[in-house]
Amino acid sequence: MNAIETEKLGKEYRIGFWRKRICVLSQLDLTVHEGEVFGYLGPNGAGKTTTLKLLTGLLRPTSGKAKVLGRPPGDVVMQQQVGFLPEQPSFYEYLTGRELLNFYGQLVGLDRPTRREQIEGLARQLRIESALDLQLRKYSKGMLQRLGLAQALLNDPRLVLLDEPMSGLDPIGRWEVRDLLLRLKSEGRTVFFSSHIIPDVEMVCDRVGILVGGRLVAQGPIDDILGAQIASIEVTASQVPPEVMAELGYLLVTQSVPRGERLLLTVKDEAALAELLTRLLDCKATIHAIAPHRESLEEYFIRYVQPRETP
Amino acid sequence: MRVAVIALNTFKEAVRDRILYAILVFALVMLAGSTILVTISVDGEEKIIKDLGLACISIFGLLIATFLGTGLVSKEIEKRTLYTIISKPIHRYQFILGKYLGLVMTLLVNVGVMGLGLIGLAYIWEGTSSVRLLLAVLFIFLELVLVTAIAMLFSAFSSPALSALFTLCLFVAGHLSADLRLFAAQFGGAATKLLAEVLFFLLPNLSRLNLKDQTVHGIAIDGGTMALSVVYAIFYVAALVLAAMAIFQRRDFK
Ligand SMILES: Nc1ncnc2c1ncn2[C@@H]1O[C@H](COP(=O)(O)OP(=O)(O)O)[C@@H](O)[C@H]1O
Ligand SMILES: [Mg+2]
Repeated sequence: MNAIETEKLGKEYRIGFWRKRICVLSQLDLTVHEGEVFGYLGPNGAGKTTTLKLLTGLLRPTSGKAKVLGRPPGDVVMQQQVGFLPEQPSFYEYLTGRELLNFYGQLVGLDRPTRREQIEGLARQLRIESALDLQLRKYSKGMLQRLGLAQALLNDPRLVLLDEPMSGLDPIGRWEVRDLLLRLKSEGRTVFFSSHIIPDVEMVCDRVGILVGGRLVAQGPIDDILGAQIASIEVTASQVPPEVMAELGYLLVTQSVPRGERLLLTVKDEAALAELLTRLLDCKATIHAIAPHRESLEEYFIRYVQPRETP
Repeated sequence: MRVAVIALNTFKEAVRDRILYAILVFALVMLAGSTILVTISVDGEEKIIKDLGLACISIFGLLIATFLGTGLVSKEIEKRTLYTIISKPIHRYQFILGKYLGLVMTLLVNVGVMGLGLIGLAYIWEGTSSVRLLLAVLFIFLELVLVTAIAMLFSAFSSPALSALFTLCLFVAGHLSADLRLFAAQFGGAATKLLAEVLFFLLPNLSRLNLKDQTVHGIAIDGGTMALSVVYAIFYVAALVLAAMAIFQRRDFK
């Protein structure tokens, strides 16, 4: 069984006085396998939050269907096994962190000793121990985010759904969340999280889905998605005679970049590389390094997203 | 169980709300102040104490019921605090029921405090029996329980400000509907009579729950009629809460 499966899932909102339809998610076919970390990437307004709300049952789809742990979203049996962190979570300000977690613990049906144990353990893991007895109105954004993560993990979930879990955190906090995601995976849980920050995704995900303008444009292992893209190869050389350099221009993808004594030459593929190397060796230039350069997810992303309108 | 968790937390929210204390203190001061004034100025006019006191409890109760009731669910949506709750293993109807019961508890405590204050005052100044008064206060509470349900129902589909307005309008209409029906029956044409009957049937008959006059003027209250009033209120509340649940069940939380 897959942890998440959607079939032609779509959501339309009606806006304005005339209830004009706008489509924010269309024909989404998403598959998240059990036990993997899945990164859901997309620029702002792509429809990531909408997808997560559909998966948790906060929104009802206008078309298509979704299965979460084999059950319809919003089903209590499914909710018992799922943890959810909304985007920029907001909690009862009049409670302390401990009271809040205790409240959620009761909602997920934990008995008192288990609640206490879970709260202590998660507070330690997420480093909010010292803030547990503080009222939430005094929490910083980062602390609220950590508390949000804690409440999502209270019920020992099989599947964790996180909407922008790294937002609002400082660099150290982001590292800790990455660590946490990997630990959740090693504990056998499935993690599905959305982000618009690529390095966060690149480092921890088994597979990613890329959402642009409400459409899933790619889904699969990062290597597969990027493997299909043209790689470039960088050659570092020195003592290249200027007249040879002038002739080599047609082989290069970009202008040569001087690095002190050396030159950085970038070619498109292996054939161009072979030719470049022959020419360089012919003129007795020194070759220092040859490095294949895979397109980063970021470059892929920018290439894909840029031509479109981003709100 | 989960309903109780939500209810207790809603009650806790009210308890930690300073505005509620302010209203309560203000109500008690008004209660005491007016009765003292009356006792000093109008010689031996004990009716006025009860009259004023009950009106005071009714009005402040109405304020609390309306303003807390309309914010009960809409505030959770607006502040997005319900995202993490609705996504927990809890049915939406349980959430609604819990929120509602939490506010009913809050009202019980508030009306209770004010009622005890009034009974105490009446006892100090007059040394009169308080069972009657207690009954009147209980019926005020019952009325407020109904008003709260109205407020919650409105707030399930409209803004808090509009909901408060609708609730107050319905409160007034609910007190007038019986009179209106009587009036139409005596003076109106067939169409007017029908309209009055329909309105009377649909609107909450709040005058049924008003025992103030009987209490103040010492008119006998029939036990059967009273029991029927209680049953009426319970059914009306149940219908309102069910309607709120039905609306909430199908809502999108954008
Ligand atoms: N309540 C709403 N009414 C109308 N449009 C909305 C509403 N919520 C979100 N949208 C629109 O839906 C699109 C997707 O939003 P969202 O899912 O929040 O994107 P993301 O989380 O990827 O940034 C955006 O264009 C946004 O403007
Ligand atoms: Mg979002």
